[in-house]
Amino acid sequence: MENRIENTDETAPVPLQKGTLDANAESSSRTSGNSSRTASLGRFREAALAAIFIAPALLLFGIFLFYPLIQSVYLSLHSTNPRGQVANFVGLANFRNLFNSPGFPNSLMVTLKFILLTVPASLAFALAFAAVCRSRIRGMKIFRFVFALPIAVSVSTGSIMWMVLFHPTLGTLNYFLGKMGIAPVQWLTDPNMALLSISLMTVWMNIGFLFILLLGGMQSIPEEIYESAKIDGSGPVRTFWRLTLPLVSPTLFFASVTSVIGAFQAFGQINILTKGGPVNSTNVLVFKLYEDAFVNFRFGIGSAQALVLFAIVLVITVLQFVVAERKVHYQ
Amino acid sequence: MTSIRLSRTLAYLLSTIAAIFILFPFWITLSNALMTEAESAAYPPKLWPTGLHLDNFSGVLASIPIVRFITNSFVVSSAITIGCLITSCMAAYAFAFLRFPAKKIIFALFLSTMMIPWEVAVIPNYLTVRSWGWLDTYAGLTIPFLATAFGVFLMRQFFLQLPKELMEAARIDGCGHIRMFLRLAVPLSMPGLATLGVYSFLNHWNMYLWPLLVTSSEKMRTVQIGVSMLQFSEMTAWNLVMAGLVLVLLPSLIMLALGLGRLVGGLTAGALKG
Repeated sequence: MENRIENTDETAPVPLQKGTLDANAESSSRTSGNSSRTASLGRFREAALAAIFIAPALLLFGIFLFYPLIQSVYLSLHSTNPRGQVANFVGLANFRNLFNSPGFPNSLMVTLKFILLTVPASLAFALAFAAVCRSRIRGMKIFRFVFALPIAVSVSTGSIMWMVLFHPTLGTLNYFLGKMGIAPVQWLTDPNMALLSISLMTVWMNIGFLFILLLGGMQSIPEEIYESAKIDGSGPVRTFWRLTLPLVSPTLFFASVTSVIGAFQAFGQINILTKGGPVNSTNVLVFKLYEDAFVNFRFGIGSAQALVLFAIVLVITVLQFVVAERKVHYQ
Repeated sequence: MTSIRLSRTLAYLLSTIAAIFILFPFWITLSNALMTEAESAAYPPKLWPTGLHLDNFSGVLASIPIVRFITNSFVVSSAITIGCLITSCMAAYAFAFLRFPAKKIIFALFLSTMMIPWEVAVIPNYLTVRSWGWLDTYAGLTIPFLATAFGVFLMRQFFLQLPKELMEAARIDGCGHIRMFLRLAVPLSMPGLATLGVYSFLNHWNMYLWPLLVTSSEKMRTVQIGVSMLQFSEMTAWNLVMAGLVLVLLPSLIMLALGLGRLVGGLTAGALKG
């Protein structure tokens, strides 16, 4: 008799512990009074352990992401003195100033143009390169490394590499144009060209990461699907449109979201190559934010811009999820 | 058969053209780094150096503290990477295997951090770090980055893919969570750790805005800020600037060559299933 009781006591924790792997198995805890006490003790210890495991990340998020968000709201409602200290409450004046002055709407437009110039092109190139490198043709390993290379280039290194290419008289780009009989282009000093030049350099830089991401997505497609497509006589172009593209669409979707958000965050190449000029033609959001907050020490108006940036990114993320949830093909 | 050969030739041809475009800026950088000053400033621009002028490298090392910059970046990136791996693994284990109240809400909270662009937090963070006296210190450069939601999701994904039977067997054998975490989950997720490690290292090695804001002295400057200062200094000789760039590029290129296999597939897994 006692044996049997001990037995049940010993076996009781097993389904419970199984339950740790299956969060919904809660009913098993109500077997007997004794085991429910050990179970609640076990559960308390589990929760305490979870708290310890989550605490470091949560604490860091709290201090460096959530608190700043709240602090930004506070700062955006205040004006600051030239030393960057909060001076007085101004309500929504910072936001009103933003939208009434020409600088901020211009920044929004420039950022929008920058996104349109960089994101589709980066994705298209990365997709094409990944599609070619997916195939098991000999020598593709070298191309794989080459196409991934720009991920190793930081924005400052990349900017200076391109600064040399863009140089109006000594740069190789104008030299090649000259050979083709085209007049030299003022890459970074012509207001109509500067954003295009920055975008060109940005696309080149984006390709590395996007290529790696999309290649990974394509490699997770089972080889048998390709084999059977080949047997059915599907050519490479048809296979790409009908097979690769739909199956890689979740990755492509993720890549497009991160690219758009990344484009909103562009700063380094602009700070190094054009400083927002000429005539504000490359003055993107984050560069303007940087200038207002850290060059002119107007933290209030800087925070107002940061919040507008946050709102835009939030809306885009949600929109992209809603739209893509319906169109993307998940396996 | 001919159509296969044709498409194969076409693939090679297009890849080669694309590769030339990708490689061209690298080539200009490398060749300029090996030129004499007169060559690099010549018109028409030269595409090949006449010889290997390796003294450019010693020249750039003598004129700017590039070794110090590289060391700083190395310390900062390594500290962030190690910290990130630890915080990510711990939180990921809790989300994957532990039961605790408000799990879904906390998970959503973690998810929401991915929607806060870091630039939005940059002003308050600058003020925080300044008020703590962390400007121009390693603490200011590293501590704000020690946790990322991306890392948590990537590691959680790897943990959830571990064979369930193995974890259950360990539980039945009386293995506690801490031992399971240290002896099973983490060692079995080495591919995930490697992916996150390479990604985090490259990302923070390339950090620009934050180090620009929080470092002011030359001895704390990271390599990215040091590099962008090259163009403003009196030394505008391109061959030296380019030699500096080559030195800066080298560590990331080596890292990429070693870790590319890990990155392909690994990043996609973390991105999609989180």
